Amino acid sequence: MNPELQGRVFAPTDPYLVGREKVREFARAVFATNPINHDPAAAAAAGYRDIVAPPTFAVVVQESTLAQLLAEPDAGIDFSRVVHGEQRFSYTRPIVAGDELTATLSVTSIKTLGGNAMVTAESSIVDETGSHVVTASSTLVVRGDA
Amino acid sequence: MSALAAPRLDTLEIGQIVADADYRISRDSLVRYAGASGDFNAIHYRDDVAEAVGLPGVLAHGMLTMGIAVQSVVDWLVDPGRILDYGVRFTRPVVVDPLEGAGIAVVAKVGALDREAGEARIDLTVTAHGGTVLGKAQVRVSLR
Repeated sequence: MNPELQGRVFAPTDPYLVGREKVREFARAVFATNPINHDPAAAAAAGYRDIVAPPTFAVVVQESTLAQLLAEPDAGIDFSRVVHGEQRFSYTRPIVAGDELTATLSVTSIKTLGGNAMVTAESSIVDETGSHVVTASSTLVVRGDA
Repeated sequence: MSALAAPRLDTLEIGQIVADADYRISRDSLVRYAGASGDFNAIHYRDDVAEAVGLPGVLAHGMLTMGIAVQSVVDWLVDPGRILDYGVRFTRPVVVDPLEGAGIAVVAKVGALDREAGEARIDLTVTAHGGTVLGKAQVRVSLR
């Protein structure tokens, strides 16, 4: 994999409109039973405009940025050799249905360790006003040829 | 941030268990998560593909395990907006048997307290098939 990727910042993704039924579908998939994840009235009672997405929902928005990384012509990343090593989400606020989110990927670190490469990519996700919502950070392990 | 009552920081102690939950996932759970997340990697639903790439069986998405593991903390917090940061390492895959599925056990303990900042770090121990599957699984929460 290409070490010059470190520090590269990609173009922002097209806006992702967070749908209420998508949030419910994701919530069911991760066994989220909190009413704030499903019921607009419960979310409103907690002070939210609409239902709140589970903490890991940001991966749905982040996914298109990781696709950008893997598709980068000079990246030299073979998807079939990629293993997800670490994942982190740092929130300014939770994602709420109705948000229109844009993600910008930057490659923050590339390390090689025993024939494997480890790339850390941070996707900064902002809402329609440009305010930060969450940063999703993934460390991918690209296995060597061994 | 929220009108709802939160757990009180001043009642918490390091090492205290704040949530303890068991989940059972099946192949159906993996297909459901694939659709919900958009991660359609076939190692999560096809035995032949998993075998061809040398895996011990069809695996749960790491992100599914991560997503499930935090739910008991969300329920304890009442308001999901209290989560400031959540990170994990994927240390061991969860093999999901076609008939038996797999059990995922989560224990959430207070790992650190910052009374001045009004924050706590909750450490998750997540096990399946008798082994730990997530490393350094930590949730930083606001209890202001």
